[in-house]
Amino acid sequence: MTTVSHLIKSFTLWEFLKAHALTLKYFFKPKVTINYPFEKAPLSPRFRGEHALRRYPNGEERCIACKLCEAVCPAQAITIESEPREDGSRRTTRYDIDMTKCIFCGFCQEACPVDAIVEGPNFEYSTETREELLYDKAKLLANGDKWERAIAANLEADAPYR
Amino acid sequence: MTAFFQSLGLPYEWAWTVATLAAIIVISLLVMFSVAMVIYVDRKVLGAIMLRRGPNVVGPFGLLQSFADGLKVFLQETIIPSAANKGIFLLAPIITFTVALAAWAVIPFSAGMVLADINVGLLYILAISSMGVYGVVMSGWASNSKYPFFSAMRASAQMISYEVSIGFVLVCVVLFAGTFNLSGIVNAQQGFGLGLINAYAIHPLLFPMWVVFFISALAETARAPFDLTEAESELVAGYQTEYSSMSFALFWLGEYANILLMCSLNTLLFWGGWLPPLDIPVLYMVPGIIWFLLKTFVFFFMFSWIWATVPRYRYDQLMRLGWKVFLPMSLFFVAATSSWLMATGAFGEQFAIF
Repeated sequence: MTTVSHLIKSFTLWEFLKAHALTLKYFFKPKVTINYPFEKAPLSPRFRGEHALRRYPNGEERCIACKLCEAVCPAQAITIESEPREDGSRRTTRYDIDMTKCIFCGFCQEACPVDAIVEGPNFEYSTETREELLYDKAKLLANGDKWERAIAANLEADAPYR
Repeated sequence: MTAFFQSLGLPYEWAWTVATLAAIIVISLLVMFSVAMVIYVDRKVLGAIMLRRGPNVVGPFGLLQSFADGLKVFLQETIIPSAANKGIFLLAPIITFTVALAAWAVIPFSAGMVLADINVGLLYILAISSMGVYGVVMSGWASNSKYPFFSAMRASAQMISYEVSIGFVLVCVVLFAGTFNLSGIVNAQQGFGLGLINAYAIHPLLFPMWVVFFISALAETARAPFDLTEAESELVAGYQTEYSSMSFALFWLGEYANILLMCSLNTLLFWGGWLPPLDIPVLYMVPGIIWFLLKTFVFFFMFSWIWATVPRYRYDQLMRLGWKVFLPMSLFFVAATSSWLMATGAFGEQFAIF
């Protein structure tokens, strides 16, 4: 009996017809593709993207050169040099992140006591040369100025869970 | 068209030559244009079934995608492997492409709209489509590389196997129509079913043959689920592995021209060609070429649909299907068809008992 039904099924291509009915159903379903450069998927406030150095609202940079981020960085992507400024406060003279080494673990922003180094929501920073990915302090501060609103909003949204 | 050129004052021989050349150019251009559009449709259908959008950036709805790809391929460098047999390596894509276009000479797009209305049109198609495998075999051998060679071996065995059953299927159709002329076969289908339906495929003896023909056409054009000659998971890209730029594009175009040819053969042999689906006078108001293109497009959609649905066959399963299922089945139906026609004496006539 099973052989007979198997024969009938294989000669009527029953399984094939069922499969094609299924794919035809999917053919008419709404598509899930996002038209990327024009539409973007939502990001979590915890998204770890391009790094930025933040400033206080009065324009003073937050970083106090404690070098915790440099110490915690598992990929050793961060290089910091510091010395006292004229007013006596300790500031970085050099803050480099090698983005080609960075593994985007987020330990630097976890370690930072003053929320100076953060990973922002930006992930569209591909470059044509390798050298452009060796970020210096000026670049990081510029990122901070550019993305401050988004970063502040994300930090606020995530604050209850920290 | 010959008459038109004669009216311009040309003698008959010259008028015929000019008219034929013009027709060849028009048909080639139209086939190439349809191939470009059909590649786009293929990618769209595949995308839609996978819940993607498919190409939608170049031109409105991505309609110009194929032309952009063609331009890109045209500007690339043709790389010839140093160990390859240069002459044959370059000849192979040209053969594939030429043969794929040559078969269109006998395809009637509408009543009388055919370049060569020869009485052995079907035999010509069979002969030309068998030639297509030479391009694949030559490319596989001349590439002097392992995977293309495997692919060429597979392709030759596969095409020969399935041509056998295609041959028997065509015998059934020819027995019913009583002619090898493709226009004749289409005309014989007018009012075939109950004097109403213009299609051979509704006959209980011919419907299974249509299914066999359709599946064999998939195998003949090395289309999924029988695309073992390309089998990217095993053979990189099969016989196309060593090809680049225009030589690759010629393979690509030839392949799709062959697929379109098989779709149009499905239309002509089993589904009434340029005739409307039903034998009702109102439907004859629509020009025949519209019906022909519409039916061909439906078959092409089915080709894409199948590609998106079924996984690839294993090679021994392919051979088993060809030799152990389709060959006995088509042989049986040749016998059944001829017995039926002998019993009813309805050679080349309409089929009314349904």
